[in-house]
Amino acid sequence: MKLIEIIKLVDGITLTPDANLNINIHGGYGADLMSDVLAASQPNAILLTGLTNPQVVRTAQMADFRAIIFVRGKQPQPETLELAKEENVPLITSPLGMFELCGRLHKAGLPSFETNVPS
Amino acid sequence: MSPHRARTEQELNGRHGRPITDRDAHEINRVEELSYDLKIHEVMSKKLHTASPEMSLSDVLEVLRINRISGVPVTEDSQLVGVISIEDIVRAMQRNDLTETVGQYMTRDLVTVASYDSIVKAMQTFTESQVGRLPVINEEKKLVGMITKGDITRGILFALQKDYKDEEVRRYRASHLFEDIISDRTTLVLRYNIKAHDFTHGGNASSNIKRALLRLGADPQIARRCGIAVYEAETNLIIHTTRGGILKLEVEPHRITMSTTDDGPGIQDIDQVLQPGYSTATDQVREMGFGAGMGLVNIKRCVDSMELESTVGKGTKLIMRIHVPAENFNGRKDG
Repeated sequence: MKLIEIIKLVDGITLTPDANLNINIHGGYGADLMSDVLAASQPNAILLTGLTNPQVVRTAQMADFRAIIFVRGKQPQPETLELAKEENVPLITSPLGMFELCGRLHKAGLPSFETNVPS
Repeated sequence: MSPHRARTEQELNGRHGRPITDRDAHEINRVEELSYDLKIHEVMSKKLHTASPEMSLSDVLEVLRINRISGVPVTEDSQLVGVISIEDIVRAMQRNDLTETVGQYMTRDLVTVASYDSIVKAMQTFTESQVGRLPVINEEKKLVGMITKGDITRGILFALQKDYKDEEVRRYRASHLFEDIISDRTTLVLRYNIKAHDFTHGGNASSNIKRALLRLGADPQIARRCGIAVYEAETNLIIHTTRGGILKLEVEPHRITMSTTDDGPGIQDIDQVLQPGYSTATDQVREMGFGAGMGLVNIKRCVDSMELESTVGKGTKLIMRIHVPAENFNGRKDG
């Protein structure tokens, strides 16, 4: 699914104006625990999260996420936005909550990119 | 896939004719940036064909035909006095007037652009003036070149290609490192000093390590595993150490070794810290999404071997190794 379609589905606002919105997103992953993200995600997904600190961008970059959506209309910290621009990670904010966001994207055909790992 | 999509001339000019939507704004950004960065003198044609007002139109037609161009500037005593184009000549042909002089039919209403202006200025001038080519003048108002929409398109495409090539070249150079340097055993060592509690820059070193590995030609899967492991390790240095520590990456053709060393406080019970969920992190760290007691567990899952040594009061050393299949780093095995 194209990032631009995802943004429409979640009533999202793009926070990084330079971002290429034509990229393909292969799956989704939602979490607020960065260790979970690092442990159990697959590459080329979109990350849905309530965290807004710069570590979110770093985590996304390490785990090969293609974009990040902040839930419940959250705005990232200035350092986060700065880092995202530098590292070319598209940031989107959506007024929807985590459950509604996951639901909409899943219903539209975006698969879960969560891997089963024993914790 | 290049993030920069090549754009046609219509696309570049098209946006002037209609309101810019959000989507346009995202898509044209690098091109738009370039249209401010690139100067007219960088893209204009400097090879000048000129005509004089006394020249006959049939002679000019010959110049246009031979050089396959559609117009030339007209100069008199090295001063720009007009432009003569195919359209002007067609007008003359309709009246069977080709023996007439350039001075009779040339466009005297001169629109020019300055060589030191950005190409965006030329783009605006093209739209406003509805002409296909513009004479370019320098600070002394002397004619120095001509610019067409085609020159602009070519200039932008060339610059976009250069952006793309720069990364390719870096990658190429790095990926041949192990081939170019002959030794019995070549190891590339990268060291990073990690400050304690510096969350703002947390992950910078890991990010640089991952990028270095990709440039060296590592498989993206391997780069990802290294990135995750080293990021968890870097985070541990930031969260837990007294005075920070050193993060080290050693790349050999067959193996990647990452390690962290610090001088305190040291770990009381190593078996305990390896238990999933065991954590000594503060609430502040947890609020940032870390400190769930998964770091070392996660590292273990990403690497082929992990060693953890620690002495309370002295410090901790963590070594992580990933074996590299032969096809990485240019397919060359050690030795």
